[in-house]
Amino acid sequence: MTDPRRAVERRIAAAFGVSTLAAVLAGAGYVLGDEMLLGLGFALGFAGLAVGLAAWSRRLLPQGPYVEEREPLISPPLTRQALESELGRDGRPFARTALPRRMLVLAVSALGIVALFPIRSLLFRVPSPRRALAETAWRAGTRAVGVDGRPVRAADVVPGGMLTVFPEGRLDAADSAAVLVRVDPARLALPPDRMRWTVDGIVAYSKVCTHAGCPIGLYLQTAQRLACPCHQSVFDVLRGALPVGGPAARPLPQLPLGVDAEGVLVARGDFPEPTGPGYWRRA
Amino acid sequence: MIIRWLGRGAARWFDGRLRLASTVRTAVAKVFPDHWSFMLGEIALYSFVTLVLTGTFLTLFFVPATGDVAYDGSYAPLRGSTMSAAYASTVELSFDVRGGLLFRQVHHWSALVFLAAIVVHLSRVFFTGAFRKPREINWLVGVTLFATSIANGFAGYSLPDDLLSATGLRIAYSTLLSLPLVGPWAAFLLFGGEFPGESIVPRLYVAHVLLLPGLIAALVGVHMAVLVRQKHTHFPGPGRTDRTVVGSKLWPAYAFRSLALLCAVLAVAFGLGALVQINPIWSYGPFQPAAATSPAQPDWFLGWVEGALRLFPPVEFRVFGHLVPAPFLPGVVMPGLTFLVLYAWPWIDRAVTGDRGRHQVLDRPRHRPARVAVGVWALSFYGLLLLSAADDLVAMWLRVPVLDLVRIMRVVVIVVPLLLAAVGFAVARALRGRPEDTVGTLRWADLTSPREARDERR
Repeated sequence: MTDPRRAVERRIAAAFGVSTLAAVLAGAGYVLGDEMLLGLGFALGFAGLAVGLAAWSRRLLPQGPYVEEREPLISPPLTRQALESELGRDGRPFARTALPRRMLVLAVSALGIVALFPIRSLLFRVPSPRRALAETAWRAGTRAVGVDGRPVRAADVVPGGMLTVFPEGRLDAADSAAVLVRVDPARLALPPDRMRWTVDGIVAYSKVCTHAGCPIGLYLQTAQRLACPCHQSVFDVLRGALPVGGPAARPLPQLPLGVDAEGVLVARGDFPEPTGPGYWRRA
Repeated sequence: MIIRWLGRGAARWFDGRLRLASTVRTAVAKVFPDHWSFMLGEIALYSFVTLVLTGTFLTLFFVPATGDVAYDGSYAPLRGSTMSAAYASTVELSFDVRGGLLFRQVHHWSALVFLAAIVVHLSRVFFTGAFRKPREINWLVGVTLFATSIANGFAGYSLPDDLLSATGLRIAYSTLLSLPLVGPWAAFLLFGGEFPGESIVPRLYVAHVLLLPGLIAALVGVHMAVLVRQKHTHFPGPGRTDRTVVGSKLWPAYAFRSLALLCAVLAVAFGLGALVQINPIWSYGPFQPAAATSPAQPDWFLGWVEGALRLFPPVEFRVFGHLVPAPFLPGVVMPGLTFLVLYAWPWIDRAVTGDRGRHQVLDRPRHRPARVAVGVWALSFYGLLLLSAADDLVAMWLRVPVLDLVRIMRVVVIVVPLLLAAVGFAVARALRGRPEDTVGTLRWADLTSPREARDERR
């Protein structure tokens, strides 16, 4: 019959042995360039240590319960008084020195406030947010280009499809992204002055969702609705991209669309209002 | 009145949750010695605070990348030229970011003051024997802080990728290459390939803003925790024994004094940053593979290594068929030995003096003429090496050929420190036992034979 303690010791030793072998595996994984082997080697290595140490603690070390005294988490009155008298005798530098004290508060406050000024330097080379947020890169006559940078003609917009366009030369301008959708002009129910902003039933809306700024990713052709993938806001293409479902509360701004002499779709001006998510000082 | 009432309420609230009264009482009653030399370490601490504050600002604008960009900032001479993003962002930081140049200069000056304060603090601890038992731990932590801070200073001034700092990186690369056997591996591991490579700036950046400052902050914590645990030493004097600490209480007098020192360090750092130009990288130009600046001096805390590289005789030899490159002895062995002796000093001192006792009262430097001699030797030796790092400038000012100056300095760095050490020994020996005398009152006879001996003969 074997000594039970010896058996436990052997099992713990075996766990640490597994860790050692696992280290060799991890090393081999690194040398061979096999990252999964490297990871599994470390996993098995730490698992062996965990099992061994836990068994050591449970089986070989003295078990409780032990009792530790818990001192009340508040100072005894005498200690408090001792601190009070320590501070009371000569430890109140601000007592009876009103003028220097007030001037110190004034000086530290003034320096502290001015020390915050350089935070403004983070805005170097950045236009004021109000202007930058209010406008996009579209101007009257700016050509619309696809994500490949090629100019887009009316014929490129197939019925039932959605085409993402940017102002020419500004493929990086996220706030300027727009979607082109071709619908039956007879069914478009836009305000009268905005009917002129379409070309042969092609209507252009901002691609940036008015809820939380995600790019509109989906055109539901049968319902003629645009949908945002982030929070499932839905906009009605025929009725000026009015929000008809989901958390978005404002319609997608419409881009005034036209055609230049070469038949390329162009903007007739910037969006009439800021695109994308709202902010408090939005007009 | 209201503030006091609020303060008392807050004190009750925290004490009811953390039982702080006795800890706070001990803390406010902690006694700090009054001698000015105990505040040298604090200058280093507060310089570190300044470095963290200004450095955080710089990280918001610096781009740690060596990829090429075309500079289009407001510094006209460089506009349109191609340079690394690191250099371009540093020039931009200096000219286009409001406050950027000031914070860059304050940061650089603070680094120089930081290292200087460390060296002066270390000298104080050395000359007064404050490293003796039981303070060996803090000596080791302090020397490690010194080494880490030198490394961090080097990493910091190498970041802008200008022509001057790239020259420093070249020399560091060549010195790494000279390590026995592992040299090429060490250099390639750090630089990500042959010099210059694309990796050194981002790697130095992570070391400079995260790894090394993290280590410094942790070591400062240990340094101060050990200090609080062991309490300060003090100079000998009435009532100053191994069982006492004599000085001012933390609250209120010492706290005010220490805050004054913090503000003084900030004042000097901002004053230097505002008035004295430092490291104008735009005039050095961006790094170019086939160019170096001249004259090129490193920051002062690495000047001693640079000086050794310049003075060391042109010896390369073979050991077991392996080449020992020229930078190895002055660039690796000499600094290595320096730090080895620094680390070992408490035990060397103990072996030489046979003093194994615990000490809470400091030595007056003059009480240990031999230690004074060693300290004077070290300060003058490394000081002369630092001077030799500018041998090209010195030769220009003195209008002597630089190679003649090198030949002279080779002798000077060996002979002069020994002479100064002998003088230091003689002066300390003459002053020992006569606390009322000063250096000015000594006569030649006092220096040539110990005064105690002459007194005995009389």
